[in-house]
This record gives sequence, C-alpha cells and structure tokens, in this order.
Amino acid sequence: MKTFVYIDHFKGDVQPASWEALGLAKSLGTASAVVFGSGVEAVAKAAFEYGADEVWAADDSALADYRAEAYASTLSALASSQGPDLILFPTTTRTRELAAMTAVDLTTGVLTDISGLEADGDQLVATRPIYEGKVLEKTICSGKPVMATIRGRAFPKPEPDPSKSGTATKVEVKADALTNVEGYSASESAVNLGDAGVIVSGGRGVSNNPSLQPPAGMDEKQAELWRAQQGFAFVTQLAQVLGGAVGASRAAVDAGYIPYSHQVGQTGKVVTPDLYIACGISGAIQHLVGMRNAKVIVAINKDSDAPIFKQARYGVVGDLFQIVPALTEAFRKKLGK
Amino acid sequence: MKIIACIKQVPDSEAKVKAEGGKVSWGDAPLVINPFDEYAVEGALQQKEANSGSTVTALCIGPESAKEALKHALAMGADDAILVSDSALNELDTAGAARVLAAAIQKIDGVDMVVFGRQTLDNGAGITPAQTARILGWPMLGLAGQIKAQDGSVTVERVIEEGRQSVSAKLPVVVSVVQSIGEPRYPSFMGIRKASKASIPVWSLGDLGMSAPESVVKRTELLNPPTRETAVEIITGDTPQAIAETLVDKILAEKVL
Ligand SMILES: Cc1cc2nc3c(=O)[nH]c(=O)nc-3n(C[C@H](O)[C@H](O)[C@H](O)COP(=O)(O)OP(=O)(O)OC[C@H]3O[C@@H](n4cnc5c(N)ncnc54)[C@H](O)[C@@H]3O)c2cc1C
Ligand SMILES: Nc1ncnc2c1ncn2[C@@H]1O[C@H](COP(=O)(O)O)[C@@H](O)[C@H]1O
Repeated sequence: MKTFVYIDHFKGDVQPASWEALGLAKSLGTASAVVFGSGVEAVAKAAFEYGADEVWAADDSALADYRAEAYASTLSALASSQGPDLILFPTTTRTRELAAMTAVDLTTGVLTDISGLEADGDQLVATRPIYEGKVLEKTICSGKPVMATIRGRAFPKPEPDPSKSGTATKVEVKADALTNVEGYSASESAVNLGDAGVIVSGGRGVSNNPSLQPPAGMDEKQAELWRAQQGFAFVTQLAQVLGGAVGASRAAVDAGYIPYSHQVGQTGKVVTPDLYIACGISGAIQHLVGMRNAKVIVAINKDSDAPIFKQARYGVVGDLFQIVPALTEAFRKKLGK
Repeated sequence: MKIIACIKQVPDSEAKVKAEGGKVSWGDAPLVINPFDEYAVEGALQQKEANSGSTVTALCIGPESAKEALKHALAMGADDAILVSDSALNELDTAGAARVLAAAIQKIDGVDMVVFGRQTLDNGAGITPAQTARILGWPMLGLAGQIKAQDGSVTVERVIEEGRQSVSAKLPVVVSVVQSIGEPRYPSFMGIRKASKASIPVWSLGDLGMSAPESVVKRTELLNPPTRETAVEIITGDTPQAIAETLVDKILAEKVL
C-alpha cells in the first residue's frame, strides 16, 4: 500500500499525531510524508527521522500561513499526479478542513478521527467513534484514495532515528487562497490536550474555598475568580509535577476561570490520556464523553454522590484545596522531583 | 446580509445510545437540534443584529420530524426555515450532505454567509462545512469564536490548538462556529408562538434539480465500546497527606506514568 501522510504543523511545531500517522502508514507499506509551509526544512528532516520513505515538500511563501483553499489545491494536485492508495492526517483543526476539501476535489471520502485501521484484503476498514463515543462504527471508503484523519494517541508513535535523512522532493504550489490571515495570538498557556499523557482538570469546585480570604475591595464575582485562580494554581502545580496538561470543565470555562481551549467534553476536546485527574468536577455526561476513555481516572470531589465517581478508578471524597497540594507533594517525593 | 444557518436534528446528548441489532438506538430520548448548531443559529442571529436589513434562514436536511429542530431555530429568532427531505437521502455521507446543502444554498440565491456548527453529535465528522465551502467555491472561515462583517468582508477569530487567529475573507463566505461565539439565546415566548404556527417548506431533490449523491463512505458494522470495569476504589486516610501517599502508590502501580 502506498500511503501519503500529511504532517500538520503550526509555524514548524508538528502536531505529534502526525508521527503516529507516519508509523501507521509504515505498518501498511510505503509511507511518503507531505509537508507544506514556508521554511519547512526542519519538519522535512524530522519526517525522514520518523521513518518516511520519501518526503514531498511544498516550501513557498504563499503557503507561509495555513490557508485551507491553497493547501487543499496543492494537496489535490499532488495526489492526482502521484496516485496514493491512502492519505492519512492527524486529526486537528486544520486537517479536518484540508482533508474535507481535498476529498471533494478528488471525489472521494474522509473517515474522520479514526481509532483503528485494518486491511481486509484490498479494503481498508476504519473504526471510529460516533454519538460522542457512545457507539463505534466500522466504516469503509469506496473512493480512491481513501482518506482518514487519525485520533491522537490511538496508534503507536515511532521512535525517531537521527541517522536517517534524505532529500525532499519539490511539490508544485497552487496558491489559490481565498482567505487572509491578519494576526495571531498564542494561547495564554500551551494546551495540547489531545496529545497529553496526563491531564489534571479543574471544575467549578476550584473556586469553592470559603476559608481563602480575597484582598479587600473585591466584589463577589471578583472574589470568586480570585479563589478560582488559587484553585487552578494547585491544579497546575499537580499537572506540572506529572508533566501533564491542565484541563477544565465547561462550568469552569463559562465562569471565566480559564480559557475555552482547556475545556474537555462534548463542546470542548475529547481526550484519551493515560491518567486523568478530575478536581471539583461533578461528572455531567457532557464532560464524561470527553474523558471517559482515559486509561486511569482519578476523581477528587467533596460530594460522595458525584457521578464522576462512577467513571473513576480511584476516588477521594474530600476538599480539593487540601488533597491536590498533598498529592503534588507526594508525587514530587516519589518521583524524586 | 442574507444569512443561512445549517442545522441537524440529533438524539439529545443525555441519551443512552447503543448499537442494537445492527442499528443505533437511543430509546425514548428526544431528538433535538444538534447542540453545536444552536451556536450556529446564535452566531447567525448576532450577525443579523449587527447588520441591519439582514435575514436568517435555518436550513436542515432530514426527515419530516426534523421540522422540530427548525422550529427551535425559528423560536430563537430565525426569520424562516427550509427542510430538505427526500426518501432517497437516507444513506447520505458527509460529502453527499454537503452537495445537497450547496444546491439548496444556491437555490435560495443571493446568500452572503452560511453559518455551520462545529460538528454533529451523531456523525461527529466536523467536515461538512469545509466540503460545502469547497463545492460552492466560497472561502471557509472555520471554528470562529467571534465574527465581524464590514463592507463586504468578514473577519473571524479562529480558535485553533495553538491559540487564536484572525482570518478574513470577502463575502459570500462559509463560517463554522465554536462555543466561544456566546451562549445560544433561549427561545422567547413570542418566538415559540411564531414557530408553532410557521409552515416550513419542504424541498425534494427534484426541487433542487439533482439526483441523490452517491455515498463513497459506508458503515459496515456497529459496535458497543468495551464496557470497562468501573468499580471505584475510594481512598481514605487520617490526613490529606496519608490519603495522598496511598493514592500516589496506587497510581504508580498502574504504570501509566
Ligand atoms: C449542550 C451541552 C454541552 C456541554 N458541553 C460540555 C463540555 O464540553 N464540557 C463540560 O465539562 N461540560 C459541558 N456541559 C456542561 C455540563 O452539563 C455540566 O454543567 C458541567 O460539566 C459541570 O461542570 P462542573 O462539574 O465543573 O460543575 P458542577 O456540576 O457545579 O460540579 C462542581 C463539583 O465540584 C465539587 N466541589 C465543590 N467544591 C469542592 C471542593 N472544595 N473540593 C472538591 N470538590 C468540590 C462539587 O461537589 C461538585 O460535584 C455541556 C452542557 C450542555 C447542555
Ligand atoms: N443533515 C444536515 N442538515 C443541515 N446541516 C447539517 C446536516 N449535517 C451536518 N450539517 C452541518 O454541518 C456541521 C458539521 O457536521 P458534521 O460534518 O457531520 O460533523 C453541523 O454542525 C451542521 O451545521
């Protein structure tokens, strides 16, 4: 099988699931990495190290910003001329669009967010979650090439081999963008929930510590936000000791404790870390659908009846303001940090 | 501006959904407007308010019963609604849905902006907006947390993994929205009355001058996810430190770190 793997990156930072896609492609046959952007030599080099048999690079100032139309036209033209059997993408905000448009150009289909892919004779059968992961479907694409975006952390990540190298082949650029990128502001904190092995999340409970006295002169809402900041500081310290990311419930996001990019759940991100620690989160179904496939779930909640305990492997019924810092300290000791 | 909001009807997010006899079942859970599409309607209504003389039309492909989802959009404040319904549309894949939506948008004529939700709860592909844009040949402004239209162009704040990007394009455009666009308004009493009386036109594929798009993506099997052992072990101890020590040992023994 001849597979193209689109390496998704933002200003040179590669979305790690791109390498997982490359690993999957290698397990199926030959794997060609596809890299678009401006000044992407380092990404192309990394693609060789992660095992690409060849690299196709469109390195052009017209592609400096990801813009769906130009990227899709460039990819469609490349795929038409090279005829891969399969194009794989990591599932990201960009690739959903890029794959969608390219599939229209090539009159084929996209299997999104797949967590499994098997070859059944010539036929590729993908497994993907539907109804928020309450059900799984097996699905096939009769068009050519088959296109699929893979869920992060669903496939093994290959080890890079620095001794591997090669020369990228130049791809002809189709610069028919219809949009302009006017500006960019980075997230307040780097959040890559999809790739995190450990996530520590805070909910509405992070503001609930009446014994914390806010500075004088704050109104009620300000005091709540101030308490939430203290709560999230504890959550963040625990995440840091574990080398993990900080997540949140929607209630915490809506109350303004933390930006939306941290939200886990139905209208936020679906995550599958090895360890998920929920602090002061009740466990509403819309939150659970976002995290219940985590390998080990730990819940810290005051209320022993909170539904989150039904999903958890371990639970502590108690005040997060006491338990979370104690946990940080205990991990720090045991992990020797 | 002439604005369209694309909405789908799906089982409520609280529903217990299962694979049963080769079909998806959600028991007696109600069918509702796709939660992400409530944000689409909200985004469309915000644009109507910000640009005088605008109208919002809710557009849905679905069975006759999907009129209920369209009525929700009307009750929120949409001016009118159109249902595309045809027995030939039962097995649509996303590209097919995009073709039908694009044809309907072209038939409506003179459209300036089409607002989509981020993704459906049932299929969850999140690709229909970009496919529709590609078929129409219009720019795609995806995952907007904020929309501003001015002098024939539109700028959105796009929410991506790495932060926010400000992206602009000339009308007509396709936009998809995320939760940051703002909480969907509740239907007003007047809105509900208007919606209950509304007669919603139903377009067939014949009305759109097309035949049923062929599906390239097909489901071959449905599975229930493996049920996991969920018995929780509650960790107790005399002090937070004692609890923490025990819990850390348990977590380390899981070998997930
Ligand atoms: C269409 C739709 C989409 C949604 N999408 C999402 C989504 O993507 N993500 C999401 O999370 N939610 C989502 N929700 C909201 C969801 O229904 C819940 O409202 C939300 O998850 C609740 O957040 P929470 O658990 O932080 O707050 P609460 O339900 O208020 O729970 C707070 C918990 O903290 C505990 N607590 C309080 N103080 C302490 C303390 N000091 N120590 C320990 N525990 C404490 C309480 O016992 C309680 O269990 C959605 C809802 C709808 C309708
Ligand atoms: N049957 C449909 N009718 C109208 N709009 C739809 C339909 N299916 C999908 N959409 C729109 O496309 C978005 C993304 O859908 P999906 O690609 O299925 O996740 C939804 O949030 C809707 O705005």
